Amino acid sequence: MAVETAPQIEFSKELISYIEEWKTKPGNLIMVLHRVQEEFGFIPREAAIRVSNMLDAPLAKIYGVITFYHFFKLDKPGKYNVQVCMGTACYLKGGEDLINELETLLGIAVNEVTDDGLFSIESVRCVGCCGLAPVMIVGGEVFGKVTKDELPEVLARFKEKG
Amino acid sequence: MSTVDIKINGRPISVPAGTSILKAAKLAGSKIPTLCYHSDLEPWAACGICVVKIEGNPRMARACSTLVTEGQNYITNDPEIHTIRKTVIELTLADHPQECLTCARNLSCELQRLASEYGIREIPFDRNVKRLPKDESTPSIVLDPSKCIQCGRCAQVCQQLQDVWALEFIGRGEGTRLMPVSGLLLNDSPCIKCGQCSAHCPVGAIYEKDETAQLMDAIMDKSKHVAVQMAPAVRVAIGEAFNMAPGEIVTGKIYAALRRLGVDAVFDTNFSADLTIMEEGSEFVERVVNGKGALPQLTSCCPAWTDYMEKYYPDMIPNFSTAKSPMMMQGAITKTYYAENKGIAPKDIYSVAIMPCTAKKFERIRDENMQSSGVDDVDLVLTTRELARLIKTAGVDFANLEPEECDSPIGAYTGAGTIFGVTGGVMEAAVRSAYYLITKEELADVNIEAVRGMDGVKTGVVDIKGTKVKVAVAHGMANVKAVLDEIRVAKEAGAEPPYHFVEVMACRGGCIAGGGQPYGTEDEVRDQRIAGLYKDDEQSTIRCSHQNPDITKIYADYLEAPLSKKSHHLLHTHYTPRKVYQK
Repeated sequence: MAVETAPQIEFSKELISYIEEWKTKPGNLIMVLHRVQEEFGFIPREAAIRVSNMLDAPLAKIYGVITFYHFFKLDKPGKYNVQVCMGTACYLKGGEDLINELETLLGIAVNEVTDDGLFSIESVRCVGCCGLAPVMIVGGEVFGKVTKDELPEVLARFKEKG
Repeated sequence: MSTVDIKINGRPISVPAGTSILKAAKLAGSKIPTLCYHSDLEPWAACGICVVKIEGNPRMARACSTLVTEGQNYITNDPEIHTIRKTVIELTLADHPQECLTCARNLSCELQRLASEYGIREIPFDRNVKRLPKDESTPSIVLDPSKCIQCGRCAQVCQQLQDVWALEFIGRGEGTRLMPVSGLLLNDSPCIKCGQCSAHCPVGAIYEKDETAQLMDAIMDKSKHVAVQMAPAVRVAIGEAFNMAPGEIVTGKIYAALRRLGVDAVFDTNFSADLTIMEEGSEFVERVVNGKGALPQLTSCCPAWTDYMEKYYPDMIPNFSTAKSPMMMQGAITKTYYAENKGIAPKDIYSVAIMPCTAKKFERIRDENMQSSGVDDVDLVLTTRELARLIKTAGVDFANLEPEECDSPIGAYTGAGTIFGVTGGVMEAAVRSAYYLITKEELADVNIEAVRGMDGVKTGVVDIKGTKVKVAVAHGMANVKAVLDEIRVAKEAGAEPPYHFVEVMACRGGCIAGGGQPYGTEDEVRDQRIAGLYKDDEQSTIRCSHQNPDITKIYADYLEAPLSKKSHHLLHTHYTPRKVYQK
């Protein structure tokens, strides 16, 4: 069931051919949404509408999937998304303290973005390096055995990069 | 069909292969409680209250979604099962606002009934009730997420039966909400206002917008002449609210009850169903015999279907009959023809419609054509459920009311008018009169069996003295897509249309199972209500719309002829493409 011809969002050629390739295969929706998020960093509503039209899948079904999985984001994250691991090991080693400290330092809550668009905080599950607990990832760079005293310096470094 | 020999609580029984434990137990006379299960929908075992034991198996099974197997003995109740079910209810109640006294579903709530049957006296769990804002954006239904138990019936019916997808599970875990996408309100979603979600919700989380107070106010307002019409499907269903059997025809009792409530005039939408046939039938003759207009012609009396078509198939607008629905026609002639006869100004008439449908509340204000008398042609729409409540509060002993007649000259109806309330009925009524309009002869046998029954799509060929008319009837919105796509493909290819005349009703079974009908609608009940309407048809002395003397009279006195300028002004409308998502 197609949705409508709203002003169309630009998709890269690769994304379009990927969607075309997966169009008729069962279980395609999650695969396609992964690619969309890769391209935009989140899933803009216009992109969800375009996927709905391309896959002939109801928009509600797409949002059912997007909102079910933590992985998918509906809002654009900051340029540097600060992901704090809350998997069992990291949680026990004080992951939550890191989140609380980050919230104070940045003045935002989890899943929010700073006014300058630079930082966002995200709570994630096990990132696969429990030996380094508690783990934090900023802009793709992994920080292990993080203490909350180190946080201002890390943030300052990324802020400098702009 | 192969059968399976099983035991229910030790008693042997043979059931057809592929039967669920739930249905097998019902056949054996053992009731298993359900909450998320509904016979209209695929079982999906969400709530867990229907657990049963399979002898010799350590794990319990959910009766709704587990099929019986040869030789098994199923235990449907024992103290252990009882305790588990009780816990399911207690857990559900822990998250549920206990506002039964002020709830729209007080005394009709399935959760309340279970709590009563299981003798719940206290809730041993921490209360976790969320206060969430209601969605009152549509004119038809209210969504109250605070009361939602997340059984999923509404989303299932919206997706499986209606293929509308206005509702979906959004989010996960305890934050899950049944709602439209990305925080939108229902009115901005694809919702077609059919109200099937409200008819399937087991609790008070989705219900019709209650407007009964408006009728009371109008009755109290002495400057208003309150004129009420009642749709075909109401007469075979409202009795259920007064412990009568589904399908019992209580037309005369409803007329009488309305007068007890204090309204000034009682009319019947069936009269305008006859009028619709004259207009829509003549329109069809123009299209099929005189080649004026697109084929197939699509019926337009179902407002949920109209809304769906405008959103999803706007390319079909030229195919849509321009005839208004019977309700809107009745409203228009009440405030013109009747008003002039009575010497009452249209603004002083309060025109009320009793409908089996929540979408009718929306249709009344859908566009400016609904004001052909200069003011709103219909001022208020109440569902069957709302009227039943009013009758109860008025202390009227409905079951023992002496039947009364309805007011003329816009009340008398034919058998053709009454079957408008059932799938295939509009088509059957149209064929009866189209035959006459084309041939000037009467049809020998007015029963058109090909368009009757509960198949989702029914097709047939009607021979009108050599003119082969191909007809299709679809009900339940999800069944309509196939027919429409077939038409669209032929149209795009420039081929002969696969049909000449197509009837669509949004709800499974037609209006008799509309979203505003008494609760507990399942196929068994649908069949009984349908039988009731066909009985009403058979009992009618006149069974064709064009033979209705009051119809002849209104054309002679007022409208001149079908499709005349005046008829067009009062009885016809037009359609506009709409966005699926308004935002």
